[in-house]
Amino acid sequence: MKVFVAGLNHKIADVDVREKLAFNGPKLEEGLKRFRELPEVHEAIILSTCNRVELYANVKDNQRAAEAVKTFLSEFHNINRSSLDAGLYIYDGVNAVRHIFRVASSLDSMVVGEPQILGQLKDAFELALSQKTTGILLNKLMKKAISVAKRVRTETRIAENAVSISFAAVELAKKIFTDLSKRVFMLLGAGEMAELAAKHLISSGVKEVLVSNRTYERACDIAKEFNGKPVRFDEFIDEMARADIVICSTGAPDYIVTKGQMQKVMKERKQRQVFLIDISVPRNIDPETNDLDNVYLYNVDDLQGVVDSNLFERKKEAEKAEKIIDEELETFLRWQSTLDSVPTIIAIREKAEEIKKEELDKLFHKITGMGEKEREAIEYMAAALINKMIHPPTAALKEDSEDKDILVATIRKLYGIDGKKE
Amino acid sequence: MDVLPFELALTFYFAATIVSITELFKESKITSRIMFSLAGIGFVIHTASIIYRYIAAGHIPITNAHEATSFFSWCIVFIFFLLQFRYKVNLLSSFIMPVVFMLMLSSSMLSREIKPLSPLLQSYWLGIHTVFAFMSNAAFALAFGVGLMYIVQERHVKSKRLGGLFERLPSLQTLDEINYRLITWGFPLLTLAIISGALWAQSTLGSYWNRDPRETLSLITWLIYAIILHARLIAGWRGRRAALMSMLGFLIILIAFFGIKFLKIGYHVF
Repeated sequence: MKVFVAGLNHKIADVDVREKLAFNGPKLEEGLKRFRELPEVHEAIILSTCNRVELYANVKDNQRAAEAVKTFLSEFHNINRSSLDAGLYIYDGVNAVRHIFRVASSLDSMVVGEPQILGQLKDAFELALSQKTTGILLNKLMKKAISVAKRVRTETRIAENAVSISFAAVELAKKIFTDLSKRVFMLLGAGEMAELAAKHLISSGVKEVLVSNRTYERACDIAKEFNGKPVRFDEFIDEMARADIVICSTGAPDYIVTKGQMQKVMKERKQRQVFLIDISVPRNIDPETNDLDNVYLYNVDDLQGVVDSNLFERKKEAEKAEKIIDEELETFLRWQSTLDSVPTIIAIREKAEEIKKEELDKLFHKITGMGEKEREAIEYMAAALINKMIHPPTAALKEDSEDKDILVATIRKLYGIDGKKE
Repeated sequence: MDVLPFELALTFYFAATIVSITELFKESKITSRIMFSLAGIGFVIHTASIIYRYIAAGHIPITNAHEATSFFSWCIVFIFFLLQFRYKVNLLSSFIMPVVFMLMLSSSMLSREIKPLSPLLQSYWLGIHTVFAFMSNAAFALAFGVGLMYIVQERHVKSKRLGGLFERLPSLQTLDEINYRLITWGFPLLTLAIISGALWAQSTLGSYWNRDPRETLSLITWLIYAIILHARLIAGWRGRRAALMSMLGFLIILIAFFGIKFLKIGYHVF
């Protein structure tokens, strides 16, 4: 009885390969059902996201399970069996558990620390629960993986810093202004990155959106999309006095906002802080503008610098996270080993012997003047009693059965072997 | 008897200061709760020690350097709690508690003897004038701390180096607004302190203005804060300049406070 993982992720497979193996929509439920029905697989979960496809199972023989899973995947997705031989990673036992913990904690993600993966894992587990494809081992494993991920989240700062340019811009805006919902935002020009950053800012809630573009029609279109107000390009500098956050990305070959102009704007807005983001290349806002009091100008490289240092920070935090995972791995393995039948058989016997000894001591203490023969007879009887009592569970544990883990857990509970439930 | 509560308050402030300094490096809900409990207990004991001295002396206990410094610290902690209750400024304690502790420490090293009150000061004006003056100065002390936080945060944003305290310090706008708010608390109090002082001087010395160095420095401070408020409303001086000015204002207050004590000039010396 072992944890088994087979899968592929963004590191080893390109998106066109991942696409082919993805279990999306109705395919997931059907795939999970058929995966669980494989004779080598006793419990099953399928995690399928845009960056990874992974199959988790409880198996007895990992070699045979690996073969079965490959055959299943190639049949289910109708792809060449041989292409799967090299294209999958297979883990079992400790490595499989570690892998699942790392995935849940977002250490294996494309952007380390991104929070979506935990939700996706929870969904996968939920589906498995509703389809009743899991049992004692994977249930415990999933619950543990979720708690490990939460521990990593709270004990390290892995998910704290923005790691994309548009998120970095929002984070910065929040450190300049108290309440974004009272701020006016202006988008100058257009461009994929500028619009993405604008979307992030607007979705964190700004009061008003102004949009200006060299072609007024385009400004109107974008303004409509963002529920904002279009501004004619020759008037944008007048409107800028009202704007607290400006994202600039026009195709202009030189500066469209000079230091002198910005000085005037600042005077008009009574020196209230302003955050300028110049995403355009070549730059559209004179870099010297940043020297003005209460003007904070970031260009694309500045933002990238923020992102890079955050990524570096995340790497350091990831090392802490690995340590947490090591610790949790140990407690999980300890739990898993209790599911083995041998220690349980020993534990039952020890428990019975202990009771026998205790009761005999009490008895011999109470009744004095007993002869050696009588003593022996009583001891013999006590031994026979406990042997008869523990024979059936011991025999059942020694038998080779499919649901042995459940049996082990039940017997441990009935005999109170683990003491209090953890 | 009056020694013990003061030392106890000092000890609690010391512990709170240590915790608040460690918070600069690592901060959690628990550390901030510990910090607030320590400072809170210190404040309660401190209050008790001031009340005790009040009863023992029969007048507000700010007539010697020990008492004055101690009462000044008390005012700062009072306004600190007021501010935290209203705004919850992250890391403010790390910038304020060390100041409180240093003031209390210097207070502890000054003579605690209760001398008979000079007839010049025996007046109900004593309580009114000094409470206004100390409360206003305490508000300015807090403005100094918040101003310093602004300068630190501003450096991070301006220089685009976002490590250090950047994550945990409040936003520039928040700090700027609180700095301004503190000055709008402190300024009217200082005005009242100067007016009540002038009236008091008139009633005992026969003149509103006696060119006492303390009076002159108070007037300079008053002018600085008047300029800060005026420049903000008219010319929109805010942000870094306002923060620097508020820090300058408080430095002059400190010079006035300690300079006069050590140079022993004028009748504000006790």
